[in-house]
Amino acid sequence: MTDIVVALRKITKTFPGIKANDGVDFELRKGEIHTLLGENGAGKSTLMNIIDGIYQPDSGEIEINGKKVHIKSPSDAMKNGIGMIHQHFMLVDSLTVLENVLLGLTSAGFYVDKKKVAAKITAISDRYNLGIDPFTKIWQLSVGEQQRVEVIKTLFRGAQILILDEPTAVLAPQEVEETFKIYRQMVQEGKSIIFISHKLNEIMDISDRITVLRKGKAIGTVDKDKTSEKDLAKMMVGREILFRLERGPLNRGEKILQVENVKALNDKGLTALNGITFDIYGGEIFGLAGIAGNGQKILSDVIAGLRKSISGSVYIDGKDLTNANPKEIFEQGLSYVPPDRLKVGLVPNLSSSDNAVLRHYNREPISRNTFINYTEVENYTDHLIKNYDIKVPRKDAPVKFLSGGNMQKLLLAREISEKPKLLVVVHPTRGLDIGAMEFIRTVLLRERDNGVAILLISEDLDEIFMISDRIGVIHDGRILDIVDIEQAKVERIGLLMAGLDEKSTQ
Amino acid sequence: MTEQSSILVTLSASAVRSGTILLFPTLGEIITERSGVINLGIEGMMIIGALFGFITGNLTHSPYIGFLVGMLAGGLTSLIHAFISITLRGNQIVSGLALTIFGLGLTNFFGQDWINKKFTIPVSSIAIPGLSKIPVIGPVLFNQDIFVYFSYILVVFMWFVLFKTRTGIHLRALGENAQAAGAMGVEVNKSRYWWTFFGGLMAGAGGAYLTLVYAPFWLDGITAGRGWIAVALVIFAMWNPLYAVIGAYLFGGIDSVQFQLQASGTTIPSSLLNMQPYLMTFIVVIAATIVLRKRHIGTPRELGIPYSREEK
Repeated sequence: MTDIVVALRKITKTFPGIKANDGVDFELRKGEIHTLLGENGAGKSTLMNIIDGIYQPDSGEIEINGKKVHIKSPSDAMKNGIGMIHQHFMLVDSLTVLENVLLGLTSAGFYVDKKKVAAKITAISDRYNLGIDPFTKIWQLSVGEQQRVEVIKTLFRGAQILILDEPTAVLAPQEVEETFKIYRQMVQEGKSIIFISHKLNEIMDISDRITVLRKGKAIGTVDKDKTSEKDLAKMMVGREILFRLERGPLNRGEKILQVENVKALNDKGLTALNGITFDIYGGEIFGLAGIAGNGQKILSDVIAGLRKSISGSVYIDGKDLTNANPKEIFEQGLSYVPPDRLKVGLVPNLSSSDNAVLRHYNREPISRNTFINYTEVENYTDHLIKNYDIKVPRKDAPVKFLSGGNMQKLLLAREISEKPKLLVVVHPTRGLDIGAMEFIRTVLLRERDNGVAILLISEDLDEIFMISDRIGVIHDGRILDIVDIEQAKVERIGLLMAGLDEKSTQ
Repeated sequence: MTEQSSILVTLSASAVRSGTILLFPTLGEIITERSGVINLGIEGMMIIGALFGFITGNLTHSPYIGFLVGMLAGGLTSLIHAFISITLRGNQIVSGLALTIFGLGLTNFFGQDWINKKFTIPVSSIAIPGLSKIPVIGPVLFNQDIFVYFSYILVVFMWFVLFKTRTGIHLRALGENAQAAGAMGVEVNKSRYWWTFFGGLMAGAGGAYLTLVYAPFWLDGITAGRGWIAVALVIFAMWNPLYAVIGAYLFGGIDSVQFQLQASGTTIPSSLLNMQPYLMTFIVVIAATIVLRKRHIGTPRELGIPYSREEK
């Protein structure tokens, strides 16, 4: 008999507009490394935050060591021997390692004997070969070291169950190997680990068992020895029958977007795009599939002029617009629906009307001799609202009070009304209800038939298959392959998304 | 002792007393801001503490009861700010400013009958045996009243708590990364309530010291912008109680020099002299900002940002 240390039964958690966990069952045995696998947005982090007491489930039960518990807060979780290492470290930069360890520790008295605590930290650090000095301030440590501080924090409190939320995402390859050694040593000593990841090779390396989540539901649990990267990729991506929305025949026009060997860095200064090359022609939808964080956002920002590339070039309708400013790019015929509609696409506190005219507030007839003609603004907004079936209770209310679907419709309406040659849409239907999703996809297809070149960046593979003419797969800053929709197979696209090309899987 | 040096000693001793009015609220605001809440209502809390401390002192004939009630009045006022900024997660700047205006208005209303009344019970100085005999330092620092000694103890105690205890670690973490503190089991909002209340108590103490000891009478608007100087002193002190002492006495010195100059009938217009503390405020904030930028310390990173555990 194996001991079950954590059991989740029918856990459901809803956020506004999205069911993050939907009746999830999960079991962790003593001394195992159990991986939670799933695409971004599959509900892994939410589920773990529930075990850690950061979120409360809407329904469902949690059992720890066979006893039903209510975990109301992270300190509650700690009392149950659970320690979570978050993707975003829960460390205070300006404090030392030691002070971070002491944070929230109820067993320490009022006065802190720093020497005693430091000795204990050093002991843990030496035991697992972590190389952490207790008196260093957090901001002086590398990301990998900071993660080890997180490990020390949980071990210091005597955690028996560790939850690691994508620990390898921030690590260099050699650090990953070292980190895995530490994990193996910990489970040998009887601790249990929940490991969250979507990197298949790492999962096959470290896991004992794997549970796959997809769209908030647990798809199944498999033993590592009885599965393969290929099977896991299939489970992760799903195999439901994909249908294509009705559309006219492909009428390819001129080459509109040409991206040549573009390289760019992310905010941390690491290479995020590593030589991207592709073209899009008028009248086609190019779907870019990929798991979040593989360079999609950086790519769309480079095309829209919001981020500089370090090499390569971007042409729109034959004009070199590499690192041009956004206004020039807009004037050359780009419309952009960014991933974050409330942060980049719309101004949350401005009214629907103001947002509707953001792209051409400085052109006639909206603007005349520096004055805004509000009658025209109203007319124009009414026109968009009518044509795009946008439900706006009050045009003068801040746009942030609209539902996600109506916000997105307004944004799309504004961008399409510019009569673009190239339309870049990123996650256009994320978080929307089915009706709004369909509407937006239909609008995109209509624009395609009107001859617009469309770049659709989405994590939703169903969506990509539904409306794309060609599919490119991005992984780790590279486009691994581009295929016509007729030749595209879900399984293969899924494998490419996970970074596996045909050679390694056949 | 020469006459000049004895004048200097008298002036310095008076600077310490004047500085004590600033020291209490500065210490309080340091703690409040360390916990991640900015309370610009110090002036309002101070003057409420000043009036109610003064009235209570007169009614009970006890400066000590007066002082305690003044503190409490400041503390209770701060709870308005705590409710708006922590529970409702409202705008802390606006709430703080409103608190100041509220305090000035409230004391204007309730203080009408007390204008130009005096508090006549003197709080005597206590010479500390031994220490008060040290030349210069002795008479300046160790021949003071009990409230000044209380502020000394408070400075050391707060420094100790902030940097040597678990409570202090929690407090510092709250203003730097509330999410992390919350994840480690610190009750963020409850703690912030408490530290905001503490800041109010201290502001009240500063006000009560002003009307019970330093200038024992009541005038409308008697705090005269000292609460704002305390806001600047928090920056000058780099959120460290020990440095707050230096800043508070420096400004106390300016205050008492100006007072002496006016008393001696100088030809400098009094409106110019009254401007002095605020000019110094500018200079100090500019200088402190430059220093802070060079070193790796600064404003608590999440100052003024409300906390919600489940916010996505």
